[in-house]
Amino acid sequence: MVIECKHVWDHISDYLDGTLAPEVLKTVQEHLEHCELCSAILDSTRNILILTADDRVFELPLGFSERLHARLEAEIRAIAPDHDGRKNIAEEKEDSKGPDEPSDE
Amino acid sequence: MTGIPDDRDEAKIIASILAGNTNEFHDLIRPHERSVYVMALSLLQNEADAEEAAQETFLKAFRNLAMFRGESKFSTWLISIALNEARSRLRSRKSMKTDSLDSPPEGEGHVTPALLRDWREIPSEVLERSEVRKLLQNAIADLPVIYREVFLLRDVEEMSIAESAEALGITISSVKVRLHRARIMLQKMLVPQLKQVSPKRRWFQWS
Repeated sequence: MVIECKHVWDHISDYLDGTLAPEVLKTVQEHLEHCELCSAILDSTRNILILTADDRVFELPLGFSERLHARLEAEIRAIAPDHDGRKNIAEEKEDSKGPDEPSDE
Repeated sequence: MTGIPDDRDEAKIIASILAGNTNEFHDLIRPHERSVYVMALSLLQNEADAEEAAQETFLKAFRNLAMFRGESKFSTWLISIALNEARSRLRSRKSMKTDSLDSPPEGEGHVTPALLRDWREIPSEVLERSEVRKLLQNAIADLPVIYREVFLLRDVEEMSIAESAEALGITISSVKVRLHRARIMLQKMLVPQLKQVSPKRRWFQWS
């Protein structure tokens, strides 16, 4: 089956996701083999997706995590039960890297 | 890349937090900081607002953790909270002119890509340059919001189509239609600009 360029463009996204039905895929592939224009459109779209998926495009603002975890810490302490000795994490803030084990016995 | 924990590990941590080990919440959310921020930024278009909304999202997630039933992934649940948070901030921001929440019609019509025959691969090394990062950010920001959200979830945060649909509360076929448009619109916007990034010079071989 022969397919026009503009119909191939409609399938680019599904083609990249690998979700085209087998018979459509075959038609699109045959078209791509001899159509420079559609191949270049497909390659450039794929290339752009690779670039935009790169972690460097969207970076967290400097200090984001520190500010977030400080705010969470305040919230956690405000909410954490303090009647049964669990709220023992309060003094251990500075040296903690991993989760502090509450001394529950 | 952050190591995404598998769902069972997350379920264990969540159970532990709910049992009183609240401090483990810090570790639970670490892998999701960036995606929550990026989604808030996508709607609010302002770093400070997005950071606020992201913080609020994690606080809400902490307070409502008992309501997370594990029917969806934790990441999907977080993203829906983030989108709700950002949307309600948008609504209260009266002066927001650039983007209304009213979506463009989703109807028919082809989106035509930029036509070209000579595409030479642009290597990821160009992302070292801040003006190229800015170019990509601006192109994504210029997408209508309904396309932008889908694009970010699927192609930037690499969620599946089904997860993106769940986070946005839309159907899988809407995700596919919007995603297609978003990708073609970006191709159309970015191809001419990226070709200018280095018009004559050949790329170095890095391998």
